[in-house]
Amino acid sequence: MTTCKLMGRVHSLESFGLVDGPGVRYVIFLQGCALRCQFCHNPDTWAGEAAQTMTAPELLDKALRYQKYWGRDGKKGGITVSGGEPMLQMAFVTELFELAHQKGVHTVLDTAGQPYREDEPYQKEFDRLMAATDLVMLDLKAMDEQLHRHVTGMGNANILAMARRLSDMGKPMWIRHVLVPGLTDGEDDLREMAAFIGTLKSVERVEILPYHTLGLSKWQKLGIAYPLEGVPTPNSEQIARAEEILGIR
Amino acid sequence: MVHFEQWEGFEGRIWREEINVRDFIQKNYKPYTGDESFLAAPTEATDKLWGILQGLQKEERAKGGVLDMETHIVSGLTAYGAGYISEADKDLEQIVGLQTDKPLKRAFMPFGGIKMAEEACKNYGYEPDPELHKIFTEYAPTHNQGVFMAYTPEMKHARHNKIITGLPDTYGRGRIVGDYRRVALYGIDFLIEEKNKDLNNCGDGTMTDDVIRLREEIAKQIKALKGMKAMAAAYGFDISKPAANAKEACQWLYFGYLAAIKTQNGAAMSVGRISTFLDIYIERDLERGVITEEQAQELIDHMVMKFRMVKFARIPSYNALFSGDPVWATLEVAGIGVDGRSMVTKNDYRFLHTLENMGPSPEPNMTVLYSSALSETFKKYAAKISVLTSSVQYENDDVMRPVWGDDYSICCCVSATQTGKEMQFFGARANLAKCLLYALNGGMDTKTREQVGPAYRPVTSEILDYDEVIAAYDRMMDWLAGLYVNTLNLIQYMHDKYYYEAEEMALIDTDVRRTFATGIAGFSHVVDSLSAIKYAKVKTIRDETGFIVDFETEGDFPRYGNDDDRADDIAVWLLGTFLEKIKKRHTYRNSEPTTSILTITSNVVYGKATGSMPDGRKAGEPLSPGANPSYGAEKNGLLASLNSTAKLPYHWALDGISNTQTINPGALGHNDEERANNLVQVMDGYFDQGAHHLNVNVFGTEKLIDAMEHPEKEEYANFTIRVSGYAVKFIDLTREQQLDVIARTCHDHM
Repeated sequence: MTTCKLMGRVHSLESFGLVDGPGVRYVIFLQGCALRCQFCHNPDTWAGEAAQTMTAPELLDKALRYQKYWGRDGKKGGITVSGGEPMLQMAFVTELFELAHQKGVHTVLDTAGQPYREDEPYQKEFDRLMAATDLVMLDLKAMDEQLHRHVTGMGNANILAMARRLSDMGKPMWIRHVLVPGLTDGEDDLREMAAFIGTLKSVERVEILPYHTLGLSKWQKLGIAYPLEGVPTPNSEQIARAEEILGIR
Repeated sequence: MVHFEQWEGFEGRIWREEINVRDFIQKNYKPYTGDESFLAAPTEATDKLWGILQGLQKEERAKGGVLDMETHIVSGLTAYGAGYISEADKDLEQIVGLQTDKPLKRAFMPFGGIKMAEEACKNYGYEPDPELHKIFTEYAPTHNQGVFMAYTPEMKHARHNKIITGLPDTYGRGRIVGDYRRVALYGIDFLIEEKNKDLNNCGDGTMTDDVIRLREEIAKQIKALKGMKAMAAAYGFDISKPAANAKEACQWLYFGYLAAIKTQNGAAMSVGRISTFLDIYIERDLERGVITEEQAQELIDHMVMKFRMVKFARIPSYNALFSGDPVWATLEVAGIGVDGRSMVTKNDYRFLHTLENMGPSPEPNMTVLYSSALSETFKKYAAKISVLTSSVQYENDDVMRPVWGDDYSICCCVSATQTGKEMQFFGARANLAKCLLYALNGGMDTKTREQVGPAYRPVTSEILDYDEVIAAYDRMMDWLAGLYVNTLNLIQYMHDKYYYEAEEMALIDTDVRRTFATGIAGFSHVVDSLSAIKYAKVKTIRDETGFIVDFETEGDFPRYGNDDDRADDIAVWLLGTFLEKIKKRHTYRNSEPTTSILTITSNVVYGKATGSMPDGRKAGEPLSPGANPSYGAEKNGLLASLNSTAKLPYHWALDGISNTQTINPGALGHNDEERANNLVQVMDGYFDQGAHHLNVNVFGTEKLIDAMEHPEKEEYANFTIRVSGYAVKFIDLTREQQLDVIARTCHDHM
C-alpha cells in the first residue's frame, strides 16, 4: 500500500445499499455540502467537520469486507460515494476510486455536481476522477436557475455544464430528481428537464425520488427550522405524472 | 436381508439389512433442478378444510387463545379416540389424526407437572377433575415434583433470581425428534422386532443401574410402538407393515409424529427432515401413474395443515417466555448430501408452496438448509416465499453437514440433531448479562438484593478497569457454569425418570448419542458493556451501601454489530470462554455439552430481571434476542451486522446462533423479483462466511405498528413474522413483545 496522508471526512457508512447504483452497494457518505436543499434528508452532512476521518486505503479495506455480497456471475455490486457532496473532496474520492479499480471494484459517484468548475486545473482533476468512476448518479434539482436558487440556495449553470461534459465523455449516468409537491413538480420545469436529458448521450436511467419525511428528525435534532413543514409526500398519481413527463414510463 | 412387497421399485441394500433411513434416501431420491412451474394450486378440498380451520383459529383467538380443553382424561396414544377437522367433511382429509377428539382442543398432560396442567386449565376458565389432582400428587409424582424434591437451596435461589432461567422443570423438555419416517419405511412390526433384539442384547447380564434403566426404557419403547398401532387402528389404519404408497407414507409418518405430540408437551416438538424422504414415495406413485401433481400437493398441504394445528395447554408464565403459542414443529427442506448432490426434490418446492396455497403461517417452522451451492432456481424460489410471507428461516448446511452429516433434523428452533441417531437434553439459558452484574457486585442480585452467587470480592473502583472486571467476571462465570450444568443434570435425570419420551425414543436407535444443550442470554449486552469498559470511560453509580445500581458511560465505544473487530473479538472471547466452562463439567449420561446463543422471545422476560448495564441498556429493558446486536447498535447497515454475527464460530455453539433481521421491502429492491434476487445475494455472502442462521422478515415498521393498533383487520389474521428461531402470528404477541419487535432495527436505508 502506498503511504497516504490524505484524509477523507466521512459522515457515515452503510453496508447494505440497494438503491444507490446497480446491485448491492457499500455506500460511503462524505461530510460537507454547499447546497441547502429544502428537502434534504441528510442535513447532518452539511457541515464541513466530520466525526471521523479516514484514509482511502482504510476505507477501501472496510468496503472490501462486503465483496462477497456483491454477487458472482458478473453481477455488479460495489462502492458508492455519496454525501454530503463527495465532489468537495475530489482528490480523496479519486484516490479511493483508483484503489478500488485496482481491486476490480465497481465505483459509483452520487453527486449533485455543485462543486463542478470548467477552469483548470479543475478539469484535469475532474478527468482523473472520471477515469476511475464507472457510473455517475447526478441529481438535477430544478432546471430554472431561479427555482434552483430557491430550492437549494445556489445556481445550476455549472451543474448542467457537468451533465453536458459527462455526456461528451460518454460517461454512463443515472439522472435523479427529487419530487416535492408544489416545489419541484412544476410541469414546465419537468418538461424542460426532459428536453435537457434528451440532449445527453450517456444517460442509462432516469429516476424520480419521491420526497419523504424520514429526515425530518435530523432537522429537529440540529435545531434548524424545516422549510417544508406541512408539505405532503407525493402520491402515486403525482409520481406517475412526473415519470411520464420525464419519459420513465 | 428383509423384503416387503411395499418396497417394490426401491433401490439399495443396507437399509434392508438394518434400520437406516438415510441409506434408503441416498439410494432412491431424485434431485430436482428445475423451477417452480410444475407446482399445483390448492384443491377444492384443501380450500374447504383450510377455510374451516381458519374459522376455528379465529374462534380460538376470540376466546382468549384457547378453543377447548380436556379436563378429565389424561392424554395418551388412545385416550381420546379419533378426531377430525370437521366430522361432516372428514372424507376430504387426506391425512388424518388429531391430538384430541376435536380440532384445536388441548389435551390434559400432567406428567411434566400436575400443577402446571391444572393452572393451564384454570387460567382459561376450565376446572380440571379433582381426582386427577389426587392421582398425580398422592400416587404418581410428576417430573416437576421430582425436580423440586432434589433441587439444592442454591439452585432454587438462582432459579428464583432468574440468573438461570427458562428451565424445563415444569413441562416437557422437548427437542427430541423421533425418526417418524421409520414408521412409513418399515412398519411398526419390524421396528418392534428390532427393539426386541436390542432388549435381548442389552448388557452382559450384570445388572448395573445403567443396564437396568436401559432395559426399562426399551420395554417402554416397545409398549409405545404397540400403542401407535392401536392409535392408528382407531382411524381405521393398520400400520404394522410398511407404507405401500405416497398417501400411506405421509399418513404413517404423521402417525409417528402424532404419537409424540399426544404424549409429550415439549417446548419444541419438531417434525424433522421428511421432505426428500416423502418425495421418493411420491415420485414412485407419479411414475406408476397412480397420482397426479395435484394429488401430491394435496397430500403435502393436508399434512402441513395438521402441523399447523399442534397445540398444548400452557400457563401464562410459559407464554411470556415463548410467546405466540409456538410448538416448533420444525420441518426442513433442501441441504446438500455428503456426496455433493443437492437434496432438493420437487417435494421441497411443495412444502414451501404450502405457504402460497394456504398463506403464511408460523407452523410448521419452515427451515431451508441453505448452501450457496444449491441451485439458483431453488434459492430464488425460497427467497421469493420469504419476501411474500416472512415465514421461512435459513440455516447453513455447509457448516452443519461436516458435524451432523446429511440426515440431521432441526430439533428446536435452530439446533441440529442427527435424525434417529441422537437425542438432546434441552437446557434453557444462563443469563450472562446478569452474571456480569453479579461479578461487579460480589454475587448480589441487583433487583432482589439477595446474595445469590458466591460472595466474591466486589469491584470497588469508581471507573471500571477492564482487566479487573474480566478477572471478576471469569470467576463468577465459572461459578455460574458449574451451578447451571448441575441443575440441568438434575432436571434431565428427573425427566428421564418421570416423563420418559418412549414414543420418540422408540423411533431412535437404542444406542443413542446424547447432546447436552446449554444456552447464553444477554450476549450482545455483555459484549457491548465490556467494550464500553475497555474503550470508553464507565463510571459506577452506587447507592449509600456501595452497591452498583447504574453506570455512566462517557465517550464512544465500538459495538457488536458493526463488523468492528474490537467489539466482535470480545463476542468471540465470550462464547469461547463460556463454552470451556461448560465443557469441563460432568454432564448427565455422558452427554456431549454444547451451547447456543438463541433466546426465543424470552429476551423480554429475561430483560425484566436484569439491571442496568454499562452499554447503556437500562434496568428492565428487553435483552436483544439471540445473537442479534443490541437495539440501535447497528450503525453500518445490515451487512455489517451480518458480518459481526458471522464471526462467531459455529462449532463453538453447536446448539445454534440465531440471528433475526428485518428488511424494509423498499430497501431490498424495486419489485418482488429484484427483492428475491438481492436476498439470495445477501444469504450467499453471509453463509459463505460460515454463519449459522438467519431469520428473514421483509416488511416495514409501519406495517407492524398498524397491525398492533388494528389486529382486527383481515390482512393481519395470518400476518406472520420471524422472531428469534421461530415464527409467530404478530397479533398473538403481547403488546409488550410487539413493542419490543417494533423497537428492533429495521434495515431501511433508502
